[in-house]
Amino acid sequence: MIDTKTLLPRSSQGLDSAKHQEKKDLVMVNLGPSHPATHGTLRALLALDGETIAAAVTEIGYLHRGFEKDCEAHTFQQCIPYTDRLNYVSAIINNVGFCKAVERMLAVEVPERAIAIRVLTCELNRIIDHLVCAGANLVDIGALTNFWYTFNVREKVYNILEKLCGARLTSSYTRIGGLSRDVYPEFDVEVKAVLKEIRESVKQVKTLISTNRIFLDRTKGICVISKERAISYGWTGPTLRATGVEYDLRKSDPYYGYQDLKFDIPVGTIGDVYDRIFIRFYEIEESIHIIEQVLGKLPKGPVITADKRVALPPKQQTYGNIEGLMNHFKIIMHGICPAPGELYDFTEAANGELGFYIVADGSKNPYRVKCRPPCFMNFAAFGEMIEGSMVADAVANLGSINIIAGELDR
Amino acid sequence: MDGQVLLEKLTAKFPGAVKGSADRFGQLEIQLEAKSIADVVVYLRDDSEMAFNMLVDIAAIDYSAFPNHTGDRFGAVYLLKSLSLGHRAQLKVTAPEEKPEVPTISHLFANANWCEREAYDQIGIRFTGHPNLKRILNHHEFVGHPLRKDYPITRRQALSANESLMDEMAVRLKQRGWE
Repeated sequence: MIDTKTLLPRSSQGLDSAKHQEKKDLVMVNLGPSHPATHGTLRALLALDGETIAAAVTEIGYLHRGFEKDCEAHTFQQCIPYTDRLNYVSAIINNVGFCKAVERMLAVEVPERAIAIRVLTCELNRIIDHLVCAGANLVDIGALTNFWYTFNVREKVYNILEKLCGARLTSSYTRIGGLSRDVYPEFDVEVKAVLKEIRESVKQVKTLISTNRIFLDRTKGICVISKERAISYGWTGPTLRATGVEYDLRKSDPYYGYQDLKFDIPVGTIGDVYDRIFIRFYEIEESIHIIEQVLGKLPKGPVITADKRVALPPKQQTYGNIEGLMNHFKIIMHGICPAPGELYDFTEAANGELGFYIVADGSKNPYRVKCRPPCFMNFAAFGEMIEGSMVADAVANLGSINIIAGELDR
Repeated sequence: MDGQVLLEKLTAKFPGAVKGSADRFGQLEIQLEAKSIADVVVYLRDDSEMAFNMLVDIAAIDYSAFPNHTGDRFGAVYLLKSLSLGHRAQLKVTAPEEKPEVPTISHLFANANWCEREAYDQIGIRFTGHPNLKRILNHHEFVGHPLRKDYPITRRQALSANESLMDEMAVRLKQRGWE
């Protein structure tokens, strides 16, 4: 049967593939698709040699609902609520990503205030995304207390988002050309208060885990991926940065004035589970810096463009004069119609590069929307990463690459 | 690197492979002969001046309902990025309806395996030479390619058989040295 000595080295280097093994000793086990640690419906079929994973293959698609096909059957504005359901942990970033792409197609000027609020809300979403990822990841490896510390403050951010747009998860906050509504009067006071609490909770979690022997044993050197391999898999975002690659679209291809904001890109060293968890805590700090800078100089003015091709006129005009009424009617009935063309546009979402390849044919519906979800690339590497590890490490790794089935399966 | 410079270099390096180009909102799309895609991508990846070390995505499109469209029915857009030099490239190949085949690049980028499976699953482009060209997002018993324009959005299929995954597992075990 199994030589227990082979189970001892906790490296992810894999089994000695040169030696010939007997396949009949292996046990096939399904991890998922419905398992508390998969946080969604993901399936991995594991060939187990004792508790060690000899080989792993994965299956996705359990949450596939035809997002791209749905977009083709709806107008550009109607696609925005669908984007909420991609990465539902940080919905506003998806809203922004989609609207930014369509706005580029239409050459619409978005008002400065709308851009600043988009940056603010995106960074708030990035923080809660990271808190969820780290919190849930820590639960999976047995550290339940941290979950309460991270989810408590997440709830407070959700309270702000709820006041801002009426929904907690499915925000649909942006519109093509701006935002659905301006921030409420006490917004900046409440955000500043919650930032303070986030800092405190991150500090508490870091205190709980950073010298915790169990945590370190469970995460250090586990499921390592090299820089080269991560790049070849198209990894972006925190998981790529955890391998030591300093690549962040907010710096490399800046948009929305990120080039004028002061923030650092934290990077990891070896790309193990430990790096992937800790990089998120450092990124939360950077997002807090960004929010503080933007809050300090929030421009005044409208939050949606006056461009009559895309924005509904103010209600006084819709009900007050015929031009306003016609404008309203045109946008509702005939929609927003970008000229025929194709465009790939991208934003730095919480998980990495969120891209939309949009083909327009001149009608009110997109002809084709191809979404590039960062998770897809992360999960493609999952099988390879966990081979040679133990089953429990696969669970720790799954949490650290933050797979959100909503955007993975679309 | 500027798109125009890239276009000139590719035209000089691969005579006959470059069919044309189009401006896509500031990013030059370079249209290539489908059969040359793997050669071009390997050059773009390995040449030190190019250094496109990341495949960002492959977007497949069915142009059959596009107004006034001439040419092949299917298109596949390869989005490449160089992390060291910062530039991006956008390549497009097309494939006709009767023989929707494009050579694979799954041996060049690790994520191309899944990207090509998705394009095959959704649009029905067959990537020749792909080691495991099977459906990825839709159920393995699904009939048709849902993102083709002639697939009605309301058509549902009730599918229930389990995917055993043992076909992939057998290959993987062999690669890992289990006989």
